[in-house]
Amino acid sequence: MATASLATTSPRYAGRRRRNAVYKTLAWVATGFGLGWLVLILGILLFHGIGGLSLAVFTENTPPPGAAGGLLNAVTGSLIITVLAVAIGTPIGILAGTYLAEYGRHDKLSSVVRFINDILLSAPSIVVGLFIYEIMVAPMGHFSGWAGAVALAVIVIPVVVRTTEDMLTLVPDTLREAAASIGLPRALMITRIAYRAARAGIVTGVLLAVARISGETAPLLFTALNNQFFSVNMNQPMPSLPVVIFQFALSPYEEWQKLAWTGALLITVAVLALSIIARSLTATRKSS
Amino acid sequence: MDSGGPDVTDMTLKGASVTAAEAVSRSAVLRRLRLTDVIFHNLTRFAALGVLALLSGVIIALVIGATPALGTFGFSFLFDQSWNPVTERFGALAPIYGTLITSAIAMLIAVPVGLMIAFFLTELCPMVLRRPIGIAIELLAGIPSIIYGIWGLFVFAPFLQKYVQPFLIDSFEHVPVLNVLFEGPPYGIGMLTAGLILAIMVLPFITSISRDVFEAVPPVLKEAAYGVGCTTWEVFRYVVLPYTRVGVIGGVMLGLGRALGETMAVTFVIGNAHHVSASLLAPGTTISASIANEFTEAVGDLYTSSLVALGLILFFITFIVLAIARYMLLRLQQRPG
Repeated sequence: MATASLATTSPRYAGRRRRNAVYKTLAWVATGFGLGWLVLILGILLFHGIGGLSLAVFTENTPPPGAAGGLLNAVTGSLIITVLAVAIGTPIGILAGTYLAEYGRHDKLSSVVRFINDILLSAPSIVVGLFIYEIMVAPMGHFSGWAGAVALAVIVIPVVVRTTEDMLTLVPDTLREAAASIGLPRALMITRIAYRAARAGIVTGVLLAVARISGETAPLLFTALNNQFFSVNMNQPMPSLPVVIFQFALSPYEEWQKLAWTGALLITVAVLALSIIARSLTATRKSS
Repeated sequence: MDSGGPDVTDMTLKGASVTAAEAVSRSAVLRRLRLTDVIFHNLTRFAALGVLALLSGVIIALVIGATPALGTFGFSFLFDQSWNPVTERFGALAPIYGTLITSAIAMLIAVPVGLMIAFFLTELCPMVLRRPIGIAIELLAGIPSIIYGIWGLFVFAPFLQKYVQPFLIDSFEHVPVLNVLFEGPPYGIGMLTAGLILAIMVLPFITSISRDVFEAVPPVLKEAAYGVGCTTWEVFRYVVLPYTRVGVIGGVMLGLGRALGETMAVTFVIGNAHHVSASLLAPGTTISASIANEFTEAVGDLYTSSLVALGLILFFITFIVLAIARYMLLRLQQRPG
């Protein structure tokens, strides 16, 4: 057959086919490599973390070196700081995103804000910690839970701005025109029509922001600092799960290291659950 | 709109039956609505300006905080390797060097692997697996960096120390250049370990952006290439890649920005040693790791200020890298067709 003889006789064509096969194999290998890390990391995390899971983890505070204990104060601190950070960052983020998508979609200010926001989105989080240290911790003279919450809010804002703008842009203009044609002022059109149409997407953005900050350690190191004891006083240093993990993992004590693994498992499960929920929210929206 | 507008509308709607009192109350309602509109408009604009203020605030705060150190050491701060809290002599050379080297290692591995995964996902992967694998890779991006850190410290570094590093030292012992790169005892922790963990961390960023830009290639282009007899690889290498070059570079720069600024994963495994060493196996430090390790313990204004100056340098470098990345991705979006 002509094609068969071409394949076997032409060294050039054989070489091309060989190269194609090699690179295809490499692509399979690369994907296996990438997924392998995910399996490896999650597997080891489960292996080390699940043994330490017990009721004591949620009912006892972090122990002194050499004693048994739990992560109650760290978990509580993390929850408080995260909730406050979202409470501070979300309204600002949604409003700014609204401006970019509704009022100033094409003006100069918006393109500048969009650009700056994208840079803030991936700016190193440790720099945010330094910034809050300079403007809050240093003038106040002490570390505090508030400083930690504000630092995390600075990370929440760009995430929410971005998703809010994207989701509002997806709302069809015909909805806006219909609202305008029955005489609805723009503010009402946005709050009553556009927000409702984009609700699932905006909630996704907030969830992604929560997922992002719940594992953040660097901005908390010198803002909220840490606290060995249970504390809900926002003006005092406050413990948080990531900072406790950092401290305990680097310590020489076995009990602390064990708690660090358990804390790491808790954070990872929370973060993965949040991002999967966020994803499924937008996925059902698209299919409906 | 003139202020008589609403009243006129009322007249036309209700004809002659509208009373003077009704007209007044209606215009009051409309005035209130217009006021809310103005307030809401300005509120959103204020929030948008707040984003700008945030960035300028970060820059101003860092510059003010860094002034004592930069004033004392001047430009030599950038090229000085010494880091001595006792004599209060600080230089940023070792952290800058460590930051650049670890990021370079990360990119060297993550770029080819990330592009190959994106190639797999867009051209080779069976349709049913495409979404699950894509999501799995993105979950890798969602894992907090402290998890990579603790995993790197307890699992990855001992593994490298026991199996990989002795092998590297032995095999390159008599190879010029490489024997300098892989020299010294296998500590486990060090710049190579940090670079490898960074590679795993930035891999999903590069993959997901490249996949998105690869998917945006018009099918006609690919079909034409297949039509003249190109193999799958040739279509990817000579059609898809050149067409998406700008976007891929943008994605790579975005990954680089992450790698440069990454803190916790690196802090666990870098070893925090302030010296410049040619060997990749030696412990080193990066800008972010130095700040994370030393900031709360820094005594004295000059020490603290030097660390803030490091933060300023880091922000400056990442700002440029990220700005280039965003510019590239923006150009791609605006390209017609």
